[in-house]
Amino acid sequence: MVLNLALLLAFQLVGEVVSRALSLPVPGPVIGMALLLAGFMSLPKLAKRMLDTTKGLLAHLSLLFVPAGVGVISHVEALGQSGAAMMAALVLSTALALAAGALTFVGLARLTGSREDRT
Amino acid sequence: MTTLPDIWSYLSEEPLLWLTATLVAYVIGDAAFRASHGNPLVNPVLVAMVILAGILWTTSTPYQTYFEGAQFVHFLLGPATVALAGPLYSNLHHVRRALVPMLGALVVGSVTAIASALWIAQALGVEGAELASLAPKSTTAPVAIGISEQIGGLPTLTAALVILTGILGAVIVTPLMNALRIRDWRARGFAVGVSAHGIGTARAFQVNETAGAFAGIGMGLNALLTALIAPYVLSLFL
Repeated sequence: MVLNLALLLAFQLVGEVVSRALSLPVPGPVIGMALLLAGFMSLPKLAKRMLDTTKGLLAHLSLLFVPAGVGVISHVEALGQSGAAMMAALVLSTALALAAGALTFVGLARLTGSREDRT
Repeated sequence: MTTLPDIWSYLSEEPLLWLTATLVAYVIGDAAFRASHGNPLVNPVLVAMVILAGILWTTSTPYQTYFEGAQFVHFLLGPATVALAGPLYSNLHHVRRALVPMLGALVVGSVTAIASALWIAQALGVEGAELASLAPKSTTAPVAIGISEQIGGLPTLTAALVILTGILGAVIVTPLMNALRIRDWRARGFAVGVSAHGIGTARAFQVNETAGAFAGIGMGLNALLTALIAPYVLSLFL
């Protein structure tokens, strides 16, 4: 358990170093995720020992957004005078992006015969 | 004997109180979510946020003081992002077979998220730095803040818009997908990861593990794509 946590942190650390050293637009943790995935693919043993830890950490992923969320409510005035216009843009564009993305996915999946197997 | 106000003034400055409050507020939010039989409007993050903001406001506690305690939870966002490699690996056989739909949905979803937000906000009279702050709102917070600085936006405003977008996405994804009769978990997950980053991904994991894995990929890929195209799309509106 402790070793698994240390491994997650180490991958994040390497990701941060790579991101900064090469001035990539991708944040360190995302690079760390890609590196860990590469690690799992080349060493299935590593995946076997870490999968339960990753599952445990992700089971309450929502909790981790609470502190930042409280900051937003405490700074609603940050939205400024255009608050209503901004909210309208957020609601509509999020719905449009969700629909456009999902419909494109389904359409292309049908075209390429990529089916989801439900196991 | 120490008086109650003295105890309060000690506790309110220590991380313990606000760390405990964050966990308890989330437990209440999660219990409310379960009691509502998974109603997406009763989002655990949203419930916890409202409770805590209410407590901070009533006790006139500055956000800075609250964050001293809550930062321990906030810090775990990094390792949790790395941990997304787990479900990604478990779902690799799904991913290999869905490369074309994923890339198509990524480009369409990402461009729609940026362009439609800018178009609607501009039509309603938003301009300048506020408009620029809106462009990266569908991508994960650290990337969005970086992009916002680069294209002349206001980083604090962008941070708030990113969180609001995540919550909106998490709340509307289920009813919207049901209305569109989209039953493919891969499509539902991927779209919410692209449009509503980590908060959308957290919502996808609540519903289905395959959806969660695809949401994680969508979030990661969109962080990269938005960084590349946001400056260009914004230039079309200025």
